Amino acid sequence: MNIKITKYYYGDIPEEKSAGSTYQSAQDATTWPLWEIFIRSKQGLDHKHVGSLHAADAAMAMENARDVYTRRQEGVSIWVVESKYITASNPEEAGELYEPAVDKIYRHPTFYILPDEVNYM
Amino acid sequence: MGIIMENRLTNFILSIADTTLILAQRNAEWCGHGPILEQDIAITNISLDLLGQSRNFYQYAAQIIGNNATEDSLAYLRTEREFKNLLLVEQPNGDWGQTILRQYLFSQYQYLLFEQLQNNADEQLAAICTKALKEIKYHVRWSSEWVVRLGDGTAESKERMLNAIDELWSYTGEMFIPAEYEKEMGIDFNALQNNWSAKVKALFTEATLSVPENIYMQSGGKQGIHTEHLGLILTELQYVQRAYPNSQW
Amino acid sequence: MSIQNFEQHFQAQIDNEIKIEPKDWMPEAYRKTNIRQISQHAHSEIVGMLPEGNWISRAPSLKRKAILIAKAQDEAGHGLYLYSAAETLGMSRDEMIADLHSGKAKYSSIFNYPTLSWADVGAIGWLVDGAAIMNQVMLTRTSYGPYARAMVRICKEESFHQRQGFESLLVLSKGTAEQKAMCQDAINRWWWPSLMMFGPKDTESTNSDQSMKWKIKRKTNDELRQNFVDMIAEQIKVLGMKLPDNKLNWNEQRKHYDFGEINWDEFWAVVKGNGPCNKQRLAARRKAHEEGRWVREAAMAYTEKKKSKSSLEAA
Repeated sequence: MNIKITKYYYGDIPEEKSAGSTYQSAQDATTWPLWEIFIRSKQGLDHKHVGSLHAADAAMAMENARDVYTRRQEGVSIWVVESKYITASNPEEAGELYEPAVDKIYRHPTFYILPDEVNYM
Repeated sequence: MGIIMENRLTNFILSIADTTLILAQRNAEWCGHGPILEQDIAITNISLDLLGQSRNFYQYAAQIIGNNATEDSLAYLRTEREFKNLLLVEQPNGDWGQTILRQYLFSQYQYLLFEQLQNNADEQLAAICTKALKEIKYHVRWSSEWVVRLGDGTAESKERMLNAIDELWSYTGEMFIPAEYEKEMGIDFNALQNNWSAKVKALFTEATLSVPENIYMQSGGKQGIHTEHLGLILTELQYVQRAYPNSQW
Repeated sequence: MSIQNFEQHFQAQIDNEIKIEPKDWMPEAYRKTNIRQISQHAHSEIVGMLPEGNWISRAPSLKRKAILIAKAQDEAGHGLYLYSAAETLGMSRDEMIADLHSGKAKYSSIFNYPTLSWADVGAIGWLVDGAAIMNQVMLTRTSYGPYARAMVRICKEESFHQRQGFESLLVLSKGTAEQKAMCQDAINRWWWPSLMMFGPKDTESTNSDQSMKWKIKRKTNDELRQNFVDMIAEQIKVLGMKLPDNKLNWNEQRKHYDFGEINWDEFWAVVKGNGPCNKQRLAARRKAHEEGRWVREAAMAYTEKKKSKSSLEAA
């Protein structure tokens, strides 16, 4: 694939125009692991994924999450989980995982037509 | 309220306002320079909390003083000798260890002091302190965790914490020596000191650090006799107000 | 599926406004462009804390001090959201920061200009954040999901930044003669650099534009710049100040403001590291990182100690 991107925008300044050189940083003893943060915005709602951050331990991840993601009273409850413990489904398997559900419309309440007298079922 | 009582209350409120302002100013020096982004945000948050507290106290003091005093005239137009903040909070940030130790030593003291003040006879003072207690509780928790992490982390971090204790300990004594204006405020300074010492000792033990003994204690901050650091802090803090007097910002 | 099929499927998703998510197949160049752009955006937020941070200790009132601290703190948060988004593409934050510190990765050149008076803080809020918002609003619709979501969050929080900047200048513009002069001087110095923030002119390249096709970007530099000029040219009337451009004129035919030529030599000089504060800004970031090393190391060492202790107790 031969795509050459030659037009540059704000926040996207070409590297070949830059002055420095590359150096590789290794993950070392100073690297804090990544945590995923979930916030319940108010009682009665689910926790929702809001992003991630780095922390040395769970207590710190919790406090960081409070400082980073609830500065404007966005939450009443926080979950933190180290990112490496999350198992994600593979998008290439999306077909076998989710498409079988497409023709099972009988799982949805609107499939059943009831007389008008039966309200709010 | 008698004039003497009123002066005492004003001075007491100003001393808390000054202490929280100066520590907010010091902590804000970390903004953009923290050891990692997440902690940059954390220390800045504490700075903002303290600044908010100081504004509440200045506003209350201004209200008592009257005479067109404002939070800004009190923070920006008083001199070094008029500032009554604790010596502890004007000490330089040093490294991260020194900053979080200073925060812990102060927050633990502030928590115990405000716990007493939330029942103070002066209702407005009590209300301001009650509101601040939630913030302070968090500052204690956050800074305690850091003291333990660094005390019991690496050999280097332990050494840095020992240096920080050495650097700061002699400024903790004056917290428990009542100034003239604190004497009638209904504060039990003995209980304050005993509780503080017990808490600090327990935390230091967890952090594998020890509490220094027989250290000569500095004092004077509450009476306006400061270390040389305060003059420089105020030079920066007050610069614009003094360079352009009588302006709105 | 063959590579061509993957590519077709990928482009079809984008054409149909379906977001690309971290584990989806994507062309390598799409991944790289996003990493570069998102990380540079993150670096800009972080380095951007420095010029404003320069005035935190001297803010002229307690209220202004609180606002400024809160704003700088927001920027740290925004940098964090953006590093998080870039990390989903497989580059660690440490690596991105190493690239910033080596000079390989760039950040917005505007932050290499000095803040010389209190009015600069207002001018940055109004002009620099104003220019950034034009770009950021567009980016809430960018094709890469985590980037778009980070931008939504950022835009929500940014709205106070520009307003506080303008309001702070408004107070100066109604103040003493010295304050007015301070205000005009700041606008004079920040106007052209803020126009440069939108990047080179569209005509500078005639090649096909992959970033637009991939909907990473949805408006061109010149479109955004024109929107910005049109907005500011009106707002400055409220301040009673002047923009330092004698070619600035309303063009009835175009229904836009015409404006003068940007000094592109200056633009590239600053990008290449010759701005007034390039060295100082990078040195400050490197110093913070280096001096934080023992802190980060000790925190991890403590965590490891606690883990091995609790596994001993469990055994």
